[in-house]
Amino acid sequence: MTTPDVESPPPSDEEQPTQPTTVDSGAAAVIAALEQAGVTTVFGVQGGAIMPVYDALYDSPIRHVTMAHEQGAAHAADAYGIVTGEPGICLATSGPGATNLITGIADANMDSDPMVALTGQVPTGMVGNDAFQETDTIGITSPITKSNYFADDETTVGDVVGEAFELARSGRPGPTVVDLPKDITNAETDRHPRQPRLPDTYRPASRADSEVVSAAAHALERAEKPVILSGGGVIKGEASDELRAFAIDHEIPVVTTMPGTGSFPEDHELAMEMAGMHGTGYANMAITHCDYLLAIGTRFDDRLTGGIETFAPAAELAHIDIDPAEISKNITADYPLLGDAATVLEQLDNELSGIPHADEWREQCQRWKAEYPMDYQWDPDGPLKPQYVVEQFDELTPSDTIVTTGVGQHQMWAVQYWTYTQPRTWVSSHGLGTMGYGLPAAIGAKIAAPDREVVCFDGDGSFLMTAQGLAVAVREQLDITIAVLNNAAVGMVRQWQDAFFEGRHSASQYPWIPAFDKLAESFGAQGFAVERHDEVESTIEAAISTDGPTVIDFHIDPDENVYPMVPSGGDNGKFALSEDQL
Amino acid sequence: MSQGLQGPPPEDRPDPGAKRTPSGARIDPDNQPEPPRRRVILSALVKHEPGVLAKVAGLFSRRQFNIESLTVGPTAYERHARITLVIEETEPGIDQAQKQLEKLIPVISVTELDGDAVDRELALIKVDGDHPDAISAVADMYDGQAVDVSAETVTVEITGPEPRIDAAIETFERFGIREVVRTGTAALAAGPQETAPGHVAGLTDPTDT
Ligand SMILES: Cc1ncc(C[n+]2csc(CCOP(=O)(O)OP(=O)(O)O)c2C)c(N)n1
Repeated sequence: MTTPDVESPPPSDEEQPTQPTTVDSGAAAVIAALEQAGVTTVFGVQGGAIMPVYDALYDSPIRHVTMAHEQGAAHAADAYGIVTGEPGICLATSGPGATNLITGIADANMDSDPMVALTGQVPTGMVGNDAFQETDTIGITSPITKSNYFADDETTVGDVVGEAFELARSGRPGPTVVDLPKDITNAETDRHPRQPRLPDTYRPASRADSEVVSAAAHALERAEKPVILSGGGVIKGEASDELRAFAIDHEIPVVTTMPGTGSFPEDHELAMEMAGMHGTGYANMAITHCDYLLAIGTRFDDRLTGGIETFAPAAELAHIDIDPAEISKNITADYPLLGDAATVLEQLDNELSGIPHADEWREQCQRWKAEYPMDYQWDPDGPLKPQYVVEQFDELTPSDTIVTTGVGQHQMWAVQYWTYTQPRTWVSSHGLGTMGYGLPAAIGAKIAAPDREVVCFDGDGSFLMTAQGLAVAVREQLDITIAVLNNAAVGMVRQWQDAFFEGRHSASQYPWIPAFDKLAESFGAQGFAVERHDEVESTIEAAISTDGPTVIDFHIDPDENVYPMVPSGGDNGKFALSEDQL
Repeated sequence: MSQGLQGPPPEDRPDPGAKRTPSGARIDPDNQPEPPRRRVILSALVKHEPGVLAKVAGLFSRRQFNIESLTVGPTAYERHARITLVIEETEPGIDQAQKQLEKLIPVISVTELDGDAVDRELALIKVDGDHPDAISAVADMYDGQAVDVSAETVTVEITGPEPRIDAAIETFERFGIREVVRTGTAALAAGPQETAPGHVAGLTDPTDT
């Protein structure tokens, strides 16, 4: 372990302005619209076509966090949006700047995270001519945004930004893009943007149909094996408190989806934790055998359902969702409850007279917890177990600590072996499964919640994809800890190769990776390396007590696998507990 | 190799004794078959702005809805356009297409048209002009007319519901078809019924910016 000379961030050459922007150009209108929407921080990278916007930003009280790569700007904005509940903002220039955002925008779209991406564009007169750094950003982002806007009028560009912001945060959140041609942002205008408002065609539902509510409630009263499935929509809809009260009052076991992690406290008796491909055995038993499923804010992703034919096959489904297109998309709802999660839970609660008579079921759920414990096997002197690392971190950090992750085995251990008790503490890439999400997400999360501990569990493969973000974390002196669960492989791929490709390790071994502690030091972060269980606790403590970013390179057991596991399209109730059961 | 976790193996676990269909419906004991496909006309009123058609077309291809035709054109109100889609889908597929369409921000409303809706398609059929009299007789049969005649070819215009166009094209094949162009179906709801409601707050107010 070495202590690098980390200087405090270079003082900015200018004091941060405090006065709101006076509109004198399209670009200033863009910035004024952000200020008016309450935006305080944006993430981005400079470039030709976005320069007018950056010039206007220079005089704004909005803090700009310069990122090392636009993908990082998008993920940081995404995580900022998850932690705060308000859209994270990212900026990029046209062409490669915009295309570098794409992964992050697609990620936000899959996970319904509120985000606004502002992209520079070539001047309107040159659009379509294959001008320097021209890409069809609107065309490219249409399938991966909630909506997108080509701003072609300097007098309304601020209104458009306001609408994009409002749309991103409302109803089912999601990313929006405003493409900003340089002549529009450069043009003179003194028109101050109007207050942000939703497009007139967008009217998310609030209360569900009362007849369906009462039918769903009566069916729940009759249920003998009820389960609640709590999805990411519960967190986004700020309904975690209502969910907790509802489940506890009516004594209904709660299973979560991965994005729903933290919506119900995992230390509660009724918590069955995550279901699906790498969900707990007890969650998958509960969801497979329930006779009534109250699903809230979930889109029944295939990683959750496994094969549709065997997903909660005997359950009547009541589905609360704010997006009508999610109801009966993958699983047919017997009780479609279109509306806001908190509101509909309250409606249901009002219709219920007591708790379902399901004592035997509640006991069964507890028996499954005992039958399928998440106890991994380890030897204190043996190879370092990643599950142990995750548990130790959980022990040594406060309960409101924010966890971010890359994608792979480490992500699954991070969700399985950490006890999440609060919403907005789990920040991960679910639907898109984006390796490289973890570090930029930790940057965004820390800036969103500077007083909270932020831990990024990363894989060696994932970390390599966006490691340049360390430069940003050092410059901003962000007090984050990156725990690389290093198995010198893209471990999840290696696990699948062992299970489904006869152990043929095609392109999955990474013996060529750098020493991450040294890499961190070269960036000016603090680096640690750990190989033994008895070093884990003291190293975590040292890392946490260090100001500024730290990287711990945990050399974990390269053969460790993630279980339980339901193979793609498999039967959740037949989850494998070891490779020979696959 | 990693040892995995403890617990009863899959073969020792209870079976829920039920199944869903591949489209996610619970299977009743008296077994419901997968729903058949149905041909429907969806009419969407949309904001008349650049990119709307691309968004609608992109949606249908991306979500693999079976689309037979798509037409777009202005309406009497300059800020609106109407898109008419003919799709062939199962019942859940039709619902899903309609919901996804409604979700697009520039889309104002979407209606599945009833069987009594007025629907028309226009086709131009260019055939070898060797038998002009026979061609105009067949055109008459389909209430069509010759709209272009050259030494070698005759082009006939036919308007009608899609099956009639299909039938006409088949009949004209005997003359030797050189080229065909079809517009796809345009449709309006029958009687005073509004095809797709357009009274959205703020939108129809011409002073709105
Ligand atoms: C950007 C991207 N590329 C490829 C993949 C496919 N993939 C899924 S998991 C995985 C392995 C990740 O390896 P690592 O980050 O080292 O994590 P580990 O599984 O070893 O914990 C890969 C390659 C992906 N999810 N994202």
